[in-house]
Amino acid sequence: MSEFQQLSQAPPPSTRGTRPRAHTLRAHTPHADDPPEHATLSTSPFGTDHVPPVRTIVLDRPPEPVRPPEQREALRPVAGAAGPERLRLEDVSVSYGGASTLGRRGANAVRSVSLSIHQGEVLALIGPSGCGKTTLLRTLNRLTELTPGARRGGQILLDGEDVHDLEDTALRARVAMVFQQPNPFPMSIFDNVAFALREQSRRRPRRPELEPLVVDALRRAGLYDEVADDLHRPALRLSGGQQQRLCIARAIAPRPEVLLMDEPCSALDPISTGVIEELIHELRRDLAVVIVTHNLAQARRVADKVAFMYLGDLVEYGTADQVFEEPRAPRTRDYVRGAFG
Amino acid sequence: MSTLVSHPISAADRSGIGPRRGRGSSMRTWRWSDRLLLLAAWAAGLTLCAIAAAIVLYMGYRGIQYLSPELIFSRPQASLTQAGSGGFLDPLLGTMLLTVIGVAIAAPLAICSALWIVEYGRPNWLARVVESGIEIVAGTPDIVIAFFGLAIFQLHLLSFASETAEGGGVTGRSFLAAGAMMSLIALPPIFVTVRDGLQTVPSHMREAAFALGKTRIATIRRVLLPGVRSNIATGVTLGVSRIIADTAIVIVLLGSTLRISPQPGGAPVLGVLKGLGSTLTSYIYENSPAGEGGAPQKAYAAAFVLMLFVLALNLVVERISRAQARSSGFVTAVEGIV
Repeated sequence: MSEFQQLSQAPPPSTRGTRPRAHTLRAHTPHADDPPEHATLSTSPFGTDHVPPVRTIVLDRPPEPVRPPEQREALRPVAGAAGPERLRLEDVSVSYGGASTLGRRGANAVRSVSLSIHQGEVLALIGPSGCGKTTLLRTLNRLTELTPGARRGGQILLDGEDVHDLEDTALRARVAMVFQQPNPFPMSIFDNVAFALREQSRRRPRRPELEPLVVDALRRAGLYDEVADDLHRPALRLSGGQQQRLCIARAIAPRPEVLLMDEPCSALDPISTGVIEELIHELRRDLAVVIVTHNLAQARRVADKVAFMYLGDLVEYGTADQVFEEPRAPRTRDYVRGAFG
Repeated sequence: MSTLVSHPISAADRSGIGPRRGRGSSMRTWRWSDRLLLLAAWAAGLTLCAIAAAIVLYMGYRGIQYLSPELIFSRPQASLTQAGSGGFLDPLLGTMLLTVIGVAIAAPLAICSALWIVEYGRPNWLARVVESGIEIVAGTPDIVIAFFGLAIFQLHLLSFASETAEGGGVTGRSFLAAGAMMSLIALPPIFVTVRDGLQTVPSHMREAAFALGKTRIATIRRVLLPGVRSNIATGVTLGVSRIIADTAIVIVLLGSTLRISPQPGGAPVLGVLKGLGSTLTSYIYENSPAGEGGAPQKAYAAAFVLMLFVLALNLVVERISRAQARSSGFVTAVEGIV
């Protein structure tokens, strides 16, 4: 507790104001050239003094976010700080159900959405329930295809390649996903992460080869210090927040380019939520993050760009500041002010 | 009693906290039919307990009375006197052999069909056909299965699997034939437990694997099958107890030779598989007054051993399902975050 308070209450001026520094850093650093070099936070090419403060996590007590929510609010980066484009959506539409429902309005869960998603930025999809946020998210890694009767129109380009031409397993290793419910597999912590790495390569890597990769993924997900003493205990013994970070570790282990998050904090308590929001901040340096959230305050805290959807339409898309402060569409204004939804 | 109402109610009572239970409804206000039903429920439960206890105690008493080590470790002999007719080593081994054959056939079949039903199951009509097929097998009396097996294994096409008479006639009887039909008896319980286990695996567990870029088959192999391990164990144990308890198939398909008699001139292992023999159940039948032996003491001893087997298997099933409830299963995965 004391470390945390010191950090948040009386930080030395040099370690305060992380956001402007992170911003300048982003402005003059090559971004995506070589993600695998960013093995851990501490060995980042940015140099240790440029790295945003890493959570200090001490065993035997719950992890705490480094910065309380009020301060996190001020952390949002300025628009235009993004890296190269990762995903481009062109006229994406998704419909469920057979031909009988096609004639009705609203049969399309998502209608003609065009967006581009960049590395180094967090895109938040917001909107009332049933507006197609989650459908859109699940379309990005073609999980909607598992739903019988789902159909997609338009194009989704991952680094210029149509995702339709990629093998679905290869695509999903590059566009990873974290779900609403923490869903670790009923195996050990190590095996959970190793499972993501294993069958990707044809030849099964052996445990000693996997170990550094697993540790690295757990470290990037901010979980390693809490579980380092026993990586072979069952994952389901972890707390809900830890389980969700394990799921994030599992998702980012194969070094994906895009991370999709479907309301990753809605099943978690505020402290775990804070930890995960911090994590999203750190992850976005190597990844493009798309997050679906019902929590507008969370979208405000974590997002660089915000897309507001309503009944399957993309109503507004812009920087978080713009969408929340000066929404262009009346519907967006009503929603972000809490008039409906 | 009416003054009770005016008593001040303590805070603990009002909030429902505390060891005191609230007043239930008095049986005096019940209808007669309701009282009768309650009485019948108690009586039925207690009677069944008493019957089970009577079977166990009586068989235990008789078993301990007649069972001796030389009965278990000596082979049955053809003899005119009871003292010379030996024990039931062969039936014991026969039961084990038949169990191994039956489970070796049934378990993979049942697990794979459960996987297909739950994970693929398309087209729908085919899935329904498969499921009702298994239900029909489960509902067929074992004597019918036995005669069906006899008809099948008497085909010349399948002469390799059963004992052949000197003239080339196919008897259709052998350990292989009996084991194959036994697998039909063991298959439904294994199928049902594995299917139910797979159905309780939450769908987000599968999605999680798919979202990691895994194929459906990799998900089955690495996530689902390990997850339903305890269901498989329970199902196999139930199947085993069905096999060792079955009599009709043994009598029809394994013959009434009490000794394990390999096919003459066959290879050592294959000869036994193609040969005839007996199990504990057929031994009991033959030695009971209903059979030809007329040695009820030995029947009691064998029945006692059989009952011990079944009780032990029941215990194993109980253990597995309790361990499953306790350990970190899929259910806990959901509970863990709520």
